[in-house]
Amino acid sequence: MKTAYTWSAILAIVFASVVGDVLLARAMKQVGDVGALRRRAGLGVVIARTLGNGNFILGVTAMAVAFFSLLFALSWGDVSLVAPAAASLTFIGNAVAAKIFLHERVDRRRWIAASLVAAGVALLAG
Amino acid sequence: MLARNDNQRIRPLNPLVNLRKYLVLAGVTLFAAAGDSMLSHGMKQTGSISIHHLQVLIFAVLNPWVAAGILLLLAFFATYMTALSWADLTYVLPATSLGYVLLALVARFMLHEQVTPLRWLGIALISGGVGFIAGGPALTEHSRVTTAECPDIGARKAEMKTCDSAQGVLLAKNTRNRTPTEVKS
Repeated sequence: MKTAYTWSAILAIVFASVVGDVLLARAMKQVGDVGALRRRAGLGVVIARTLGNGNFILGVTAMAVAFFSLLFALSWGDVSLVAPAAASLTFIGNAVAAKIFLHERVDRRRWIAASLVAAGVALLAG
Repeated sequence: MLARNDNQRIRPLNPLVNLRKYLVLAGVTLFAAAGDSMLSHGMKQTGSISIHHLQVLIFAVLNPWVAAGILLLLAFFATYMTALSWADLTYVLPATSLGYVLLALVARFMLHEQVTPLRWLGIALISGGVGFIAGGPALTEHSRVTTAECPDIGARKAEMKTCDSAQGVLLAKNTRNRTPTEVKS
């Protein structure tokens, strides 16, 4: 029963993280290069523009869901299972989601990198 | 092979992620690793949380390890947002995955835990993945076009469509005219 709880929590983490990451990445692309914007208009404008972005708010909400799922998962399962499993699946999910929703050019180099990292993270659990 | 050449040819005009940007990526890595381990340590002290006693979660935040972990994760979040403002999601995530390697090395050399051969293999794979991504461009050029040529893209979604089609034209142009001047214009 504890295993089922743990894996449900892991899947919830992965789903919420992927949704959150995609929304946050889209939000920050809309805000623009934070460094350049800060030099041009000041830190206040950067913060105001970021916090005022709808995608950012939604992304943070999704991340909060992921965070509380993580707290649950950590209290049920070992950190050595939960963290790598969730992270590993999130890498793959993000590569797919970034290609579909953000239209990022996920070329062979990036697929290989994402897969290597996902496999490596999964192995660290062993 | 052709795809890779195309990629390099129509890279952003300033493709070098400079030192400051590497520092931001390092910050993402370090804050995430430190924050996660502190949070994990604190939650182990708090013990199992039952789904029927959610209020325990609120008290969990009062644990100093959990609180410190949350502060570090806030720092992680700020640096992560900064990185996402000038790099692709599929670049930032693998580039900052060295944190897992860091955690394993801390476990081995500071906590003197046993690191199995399988874990060393995992460390090698992650490092390989990071090396793979580090050689490539940080940003899909269509993102550069949208932010450079449509500064107020956040205003409307319709505008983004315009920029996307503009980018399509630009790409087609780049593919047809292989002269470097055309690419740089």
